[in-house]
Amino acid sequence: MIVVLVEKGPDGLAVEVSRETVTFARSLSEAGGGVAIDAVVVGEVSDALREQLAAYGVRDVHRLGGEAYDSFAGAAWAAGIESVLAATTTVVVMAAGTPRGNEVLAHVAARRGVEMAANVLTFGGLSPFVVTRQVVGGQALEEMRLGNRPAIFTVAGHAVEAAPAATPGAATLVEHAPDVAAADLIARVVSSEEPEPDLSGDLKSAKVVVGAGRGAGSAEGFADLVELTELVGGSMGVSRVVTSLGWRPHHEQVGQTGSRISPDLYIPCGISGAIQHWAGCSSAKAILAINTDADAPMVTKATYAVIGDLHEVVPAINAEIRRRRGE
Amino acid sequence: MTNVLVCVKRVPDASSEVVLTADGQSVDGRFAGFTMSTHEECAVELAALVTAAGGGEATALTLGDAEAVEQLRAALAVGCTAATHVVADPQRFGPADVAREIAAVVRDHEAAGRSYDLILLGNDAADSGDFQVGIRLAYELGRPVVNGVTHVSVADGVVTASGAGTDGYETYRVPVPAVVTILEGGVEPRYPTVPGRMKAKKVAIEERTPAGEPTGPNRVKLALPPPVPSNVQILGKGADAAPAVVDVLEELGVLSR
Ligand SMILES: Cc1cc2nc3c(=O)[nH]c(=O)nc-3n(C[C@H](O)[C@H](O)[C@H](O)COP(=O)(O)OP(=O)(O)OC[C@H]3O[C@@H](n4cnc5c(N)ncnc54)[C@H](O)[C@@H]3O)c2cc1C
Ligand SMILES: Nc1ncnc2c1ncn2[C@@H]1O[C@H](COP(=O)(O)O)[C@@H](O)[C@H]1O
Repeated sequence: MIVVLVEKGPDGLAVEVSRETVTFARSLSEAGGGVAIDAVVVGEVSDALREQLAAYGVRDVHRLGGEAYDSFAGAAWAAGIESVLAATTTVVVMAAGTPRGNEVLAHVAARRGVEMAANVLTFGGLSPFVVTRQVVGGQALEEMRLGNRPAIFTVAGHAVEAAPAATPGAATLVEHAPDVAAADLIARVVSSEEPEPDLSGDLKSAKVVVGAGRGAGSAEGFADLVELTELVGGSMGVSRVVTSLGWRPHHEQVGQTGSRISPDLYIPCGISGAIQHWAGCSSAKAILAINTDADAPMVTKATYAVIGDLHEVVPAINAEIRRRRGE
Repeated sequence: MTNVLVCVKRVPDASSEVVLTADGQSVDGRFAGFTMSTHEECAVELAALVTAAGGGEATALTLGDAEAVEQLRAALAVGCTAATHVVADPQRFGPADVAREIAAVVRDHEAAGRSYDLILLGNDAADSGDFQVGIRLAYELGRPVVNGVTHVSVADGVVTASGAGTDGYETYRVPVPAVVTILEGGVEPRYPTVPGRMKAKKVAIEERTPAGEPTGPNRVKLALPPPVPSNVQILGKGADAAPAVVDVLEELGVLSR
């Protein structure tokens, strides 16, 4: 059996990257002669979630419940996955390469004394089981052997496209309320403030996205970019550097650990085009890059490019649009 | 008093073009130069802040070849006060091996009278990106581990760690001793001053050999992604390109409203 840790979004449904991971699991299952795919979900499992997982071909949905799961603790989630493993013969444990996915599976791997591969893109042979994963910030690919069972790995965001199964599964609910050891609850979230509202839906469906990266320079450096976004009636999408530095909210992040966008036009300004960013914007129909560096990957991969300082180019574009509109 | 151990790794600077070694086992950093990952720079800054607030030693640790001493000196120049170098070829050590080696140092230092209340690591190393050494280390030592936070402080034997998490801004409170892995973005790593650099040069770095035989990273080989042919149409340079850009916007029909 293949076990996939499925994460839920604010709507209680499986997030896109978890659905991608189940899709990846299906290709693995097909290569391996059709082993069953089970999901592990922490907390509430709605009927809508079960229906969704059934459509993705999931056989059983193992729900982890009880007081231990009221707030996040990596070790407690791992203990829950272990209780699922104890009841089954599991050959593979997978999760999406999210912060939670990488953390929880590293706990499972450490507890079982087996290796873990983070951010896997594809699998090669089954015996020996070899995966290819991103290393060096995505600039290189590593082939890694996963000799022990269960094989534990996380799947890089947007490495595969989420797609429902040809044959749905039963998605039978199996309840688990494992006895979680006190030691596994020491490092536990004690308080959390409401997340920023998730407005990434607008970004994912936008026809035009104006992108901004480190080249914006500071939170204040966004004024012209915001104006361009308004002038083209689009959404703002940013690189991880921008969200890490707190210049813009996380729901605007495009990439492997952010949204995947597919606008008619993407206008990345001051974004180098690292592979993790590219994973989120490669399905844009056209890309118009603005960058000081003519050799930046975003420029060479783009449809159109302007070589220059975004703080000069963007205001000039804004002025030209306003001029043509007769403003 | 709070003693902090901060683990840093010498990694090739991946901001420029990456070249692989002939055997395909590692990145050839001779062209790009070396650095430590930005997560670890922030971990070093936090180690300096925590020890400055509570007194105590901030010890930097690396497992790496002889040149990795450069990253230890860099940490010493920005607030660390002691350093330990496990001299070994890092390519032969997988994440479980590195965790065991760090644990061995912690136990030896403890036996010699220096215990660590807090061990800081990066959330993931910039080269191997395994996302797991800190968690494995915590299991080796039987300590709690908080993963992927941007802020850490220690008071009255309690580590408070927080950062933007999946469920919003999340806070953890764990008793010392604890392991915490750091993401960049919470603190601004300070620049080394000239006196800081001078002081760093004078610190005697403890050199050790690995405590055990590594099992290895399970690496078959590295490869570079295939180059993508470029078909880019350059619309111009600087502000002068604006009319050409707006022409394209009109052609693509994205300006109509
Ligand atoms: C596991 C993992 C997951 C990741 N997930 C994501 C993700 O989801 N999304 C993401 O974006 N990144 C992600 N990253 C990070 C990614 O590797 C890059 O570090 C990041 O995308 C770089 O952001 P950037 O392009 O803004 O900055 P940089 O790489 O620093 O590039 C800045 C660019 O701006 C240009 N520039 C500078 N000044 C100007 C100016 N004045 N005018 C015009 N151009 C200028 C420069 O030439 C350069 O090309 C991830 C990394 C890892 C390891
Ligand atoms: N060779 C090493 N020496 C010291 N610290 C290391 C080493 N390898 C990894 N680490 C630490 O472990 C963190 C996570 O690494 P990884 O699990 O390999 O992604 C890094 O950010 C470092 O803080």
